[in-house]
Amino acid sequence: MTKAQLLASARKSLRGFGRLAPILVAVLLLASLLVDLVPRLIHMGILGHGTLADMLGADLIGSLATGQPIVSHLLAGELSKAGLDLYSITTFIVAWVTVGFIPMPAEAAALGWRFALWRNVTAFAFALLISGLTVTLLDWLS
Amino acid sequence: MNNEASTTKSNHGAWLFLGGTIGFYGLVFLIDPDYAAGSFGHFVDMVKNILPILVLVFLLLWGFELIGGIKEKLGELSGHGSGLKGWLLAIGGGILSHGPIYPWYPLLQHLREQGTRPALLAAFLYARSIKLPWLPLMVHYFGLSYTLFLTVAIALFSIPHGWIVEWLADREGPR
Repeated sequence: MTKAQLLASARKSLRGFGRLAPILVAVLLLASLLVDLVPRLIHMGILGHGTLADMLGADLIGSLATGQPIVSHLLAGELSKAGLDLYSITTFIVAWVTVGFIPMPAEAAALGWRFALWRNVTAFAFALLISGLTVTLLDWLS
Repeated sequence: MNNEASTTKSNHGAWLFLGGTIGFYGLVFLIDPDYAAGSFGHFVDMVKNILPILVLVFLLLWGFELIGGIKEKLGELSGHGSGLKGWLLAIGGGILSHGPIYPWYPLLQHLREQGTRPALLAAFLYARSIKLPWLPLMVHYFGLSYTLFLTVAIALFSIPHGWIVEWLADREGPR
């Protein structure tokens, strides 16, 4: 393998990164703005209005949130202290890790808008479905 | 419109998006400087967090470029005729891939261009939500049964999720 081949391949790979770079930076900037907003939303009492409404609220907050899963566990603890049931807490955890409305522009730049939009919308619905099934099954078995 | 012109146009959009985001950040700074400063701290942490994985993905892509045919092979393994092998590759790869999603996008874009099924890309992204290193912590907070049920449910549901996304995304033609 020649040096020219190595450089040409590196340049081609870098070009792919370069195209995504401005969107990645923008999405990270937006995501960083939301990190402190989610706990504020929880403390503002947006949740606590019945299981289904809370599941939807938790789904929405989890979808907008961003960060390590450990943060979602800690916030789920906060939700639990606030009196939320396991259905809403599970919806929040699943939405946190599966839905990403903030990273969507970066996902769309790589995989297309239609894919990114439908993937996130489907994952939003699945968060409700999975939490419903998991908690119902756990209740049924215990 | 040729490809180069299309790429340039879409990249203008990307830079405009970045400019708009920086403008929005500036607005937040004017309204609440402490909040904006704290958020910028989170931004720096996120960048530090993804940099090592970006390097890893760059090396992978570079390797794929150098060793001709690997991208095509991966595309074949995850193409429309890939069957069970493709699903196992997508779900297993999703569970084993680690770190934030952002650095993985260039690799997924390459795979899509090589013919990987959208269903498998969606399944990969869904299964990525299973974070093996964090499972003990989840057990600590919510118990073993809960963790087990939720993890298995996410892994299993990544398949119908992939099917539905593929059906919806490809309904009106590709992209």
